Amino acid sequence: MTPPVRLELVGIGKRFGAVVANDSIDLRLRPGEIHAVLGENGAGKSTLMLLLYGVLQPDSGSIVWEGREVSVSDPGTARRLGIGMVFQHFSLLRTLSVRQNLQLAYPDLDEQRLAQVLGDFDLRIELDVRVGLLSPGEMQRVEILRCLLQDMKLLILDEPTSVLTPAEVEQLVAILRKLAQRGCSVLFITHKLDEARALCREATVLRGGRVAGRLELAGSSDADITRLMLGGEPPPAQLARAAAPPGATALQLRGICAQLPGQRRGRLENIDLSLASGEILGIAGVSGSGQEALAAVVAGEIRPSAGSLWLDGEDLGRSGVRQRRRRGIRVLPVDRLHHAAAAGLTLDENYLLSHYDDAACHSGPWLHWGRVAALATQLIQDAAVRAPSAAAQARQLSGGNLQKFLVGRELAGAPRVLVCYNPTWGVDPGAQANIHAALAAARNAGMAILLLSEDTEELYRLCDRLGALCDGRLSPQLPTAEVDRDLLGQWMTGAGGSSPQRSGACA
Amino acid sequence: MDAELFATLAFSTLRAGIPLLYCALGVLLAERSGMLNLGQEGMMLMGAVVGFIAASESQSPALGVLAAAGTGLACGALFALLTLLLQTNQVATGLAMTIFGTGLSAFLGEDYVGSSIDGIAPLAVPLLADIPLFGQALFAQDWLLYLAWLLALASYWLLHRSRAGLIITAVGEDPAVAHRLGLPVRRVRALMACAGGLMAGLGGAYLSLAYTPLWTEGMTTGRGWIALALVVLAGWRTGLVLVAAHVFGMAGILNLLLQGTGIGLPGQMLAMAPYLLCIAALVLLSRQRDFGRYQSPPGLGQNFSPED
Repeated sequence: MTPPVRLELVGIGKRFGAVVANDSIDLRLRPGEIHAVLGENGAGKSTLMLLLYGVLQPDSGSIVWEGREVSVSDPGTARRLGIGMVFQHFSLLRTLSVRQNLQLAYPDLDEQRLAQVLGDFDLRIELDVRVGLLSPGEMQRVEILRCLLQDMKLLILDEPTSVLTPAEVEQLVAILRKLAQRGCSVLFITHKLDEARALCREATVLRGGRVAGRLELAGSSDADITRLMLGGEPPPAQLARAAAPPGATALQLRGICAQLPGQRRGRLENIDLSLASGEILGIAGVSGSGQEALAAVVAGEIRPSAGSLWLDGEDLGRSGVRQRRRRGIRVLPVDRLHHAAAAGLTLDENYLLSHYDDAACHSGPWLHWGRVAALATQLIQDAAVRAPSAAAQARQLSGGNLQKFLVGRELAGAPRVLVCYNPTWGVDPGAQANIHAALAAARNAGMAILLLSEDTEELYRLCDRLGALCDGRLSPQLPTAEVDRDLLGQWMTGAGGSSPQRSGACA
Repeated sequence: MDAELFATLAFSTLRAGIPLLYCALGVLLAERSGMLNLGQEGMMLMGAVVGFIAASESQSPALGVLAAAGTGLACGALFALLTLLLQTNQVATGLAMTIFGTGLSAFLGEDYVGSSIDGIAPLAVPLLADIPLFGQALFAQDWLLYLAWLLALASYWLLHRSRAGLIITAVGEDPAVAHRLGLPVRRVRALMACAGGLMAGLGGAYLSLAYTPLWTEGMTTGRGWIALALVVLAGWRTGLVLVAAHVFGMAGILNLLLQGTGIGLPGQMLAMAPYLLCIAALVLLSRQRDFGRYQSPPGLGQNFSPED
């Protein structure tokens, strides 16, 4: 007997002004089924899930839940129906503790049930820590825990693996399998094919707000699926490595010790590294290993408690953010909407935020808005950013398009050194290929790039040398060819003995 | 200082802090949910004048207090209606309410300037009120003062101990996230804005019915603004709001006292002292490492609509 249908979406449509986000979308889901929703960023996946979870209301179409047409007027209704959602941008209150966040969703939180769920799914979470102090991976576990505490019939996960380490992904897969066995349906939104294959039998592919196809993953080749997602464009080619050998040392860190203020994590211990022009040095590490502190130290946002920083043989330890930018050090922070860009400002204003000092943008106190807009428009075209115009707000862009714009913004003016942290976090494959190509081209033109990333594929694809951070300590950095996955894994987890830098501790 | 002067001083110090305490508690309640209402001065004045008129016409101070509370509540509801339903800017709306309340209260109270009523009578607790030095200050006050302390206690419990307080904090921190969690963001904010208005009305009533039982135009003399500052100073914590309100009340009294003793400083300089003290306290507090935890609710002043 075929199992009954748990959820059916019929002809769902949603538009924002002139933009059609969803156009007559159909989707069907059985109990206990893990179903992948595939598509590029901006394909309408997230909008569809927000409609289903009651955050947004559809303009047309109907949602049939267990054979009954329902209107999900708000998330509370969704939760009463048994629908839970793990958001890509976490829905956690950062000044409250983990426990308080759970209590908000569950008025009478049962400690016994909590302990049981934590044990059942092997979730390691400290309950009385403020959420703002957790790493992204930990925050996601809190979100998942919050869903697991209710009797769920459908769990929606929006790009769940983008912040996870490989081991954490395996843990997530195990959790979802266990849930499915208990009859809970799962909608798994992703653009990573291997993950979809590992978890799901069937997938619905969205493109441009419409259903491009529904298919059995086992019977479809990667090329077929990618073609559905991208609309016939070929997948991006592998990148060429630098032809010329790296040049002179550009950036040097000696014995840096630092601590991000107000964070439990984010400590750096005795970091030594040197970065030559014309190379990409990759630093791997699970989230919270010290990447943010490292980026902040190089940017000059925090002052190290010990150690020195040199650019082209000159000590820059005492110079501030602005002086360093003038000397050609650029840092692209990890959080594109809150740190790298001002969400409510337009693209040309965001361009100006990084280039306010450029001769092209001002004469004395006068800004040249016309020229700024022209430069931003040029960047939008060159970096293939999908945006209506330079007058669009940063928040209106999809993640991938905003990131393309921001990478292009930092590369503009050919700085000496670029530091980026997770530059393709939660970005679709097309934008990822674009960003990788831009970074490689900058490297080939002689720029020194420090790439902090939690995505090892990305590191292997781009970097000339590789190292890893673990708990604030840096491994040796070796040519990429000499670093196999086992070695990198050992560095990232701190296993496999002591690296030379282990000995020094910070006062 | 002789004992009698001290007893009088303690008595009036506590009274002077009460209008500030009412108003600051209202500010605190509303702001913890993200509602920034700069209309405190206007709401206090409206409460003061309507309370005075009602008491004067009915000969019942209790009715006056009720009328003032109702007026404050109506002001808070108007603020909620404008900012939550019509999505007006909170800062501009609050300023408008102050200007509106100042003008309307002067108009309504025109015929009552100079008339006098019997204020709220003190309730002396037998025996306790005869304790030297503090007896009179703590046990021979009027019921509206005791009500303020009770409401401070209730606010503490609500904001820091109850589940409702957790919801209020959540709504004040990030309304979008709170909405996604299924919390009734706009209903919570409307309720807290109304509660804030009610408290401001009571603060006004204390001025015109108990502290100085008469009505003069603009009689709040900036207390609404000071209440707004007090909440910042107290880091949005109820206990500190209570302390700060009374410290500021005392500063006002000391000012009068020192002027009476003929210290060689001009009165204006003495009147400045509490504000300088306030700035110094803020600077010292913010140097404290842990102070970041008690900064303003992140969603303060941010409008929210479910379809964003």
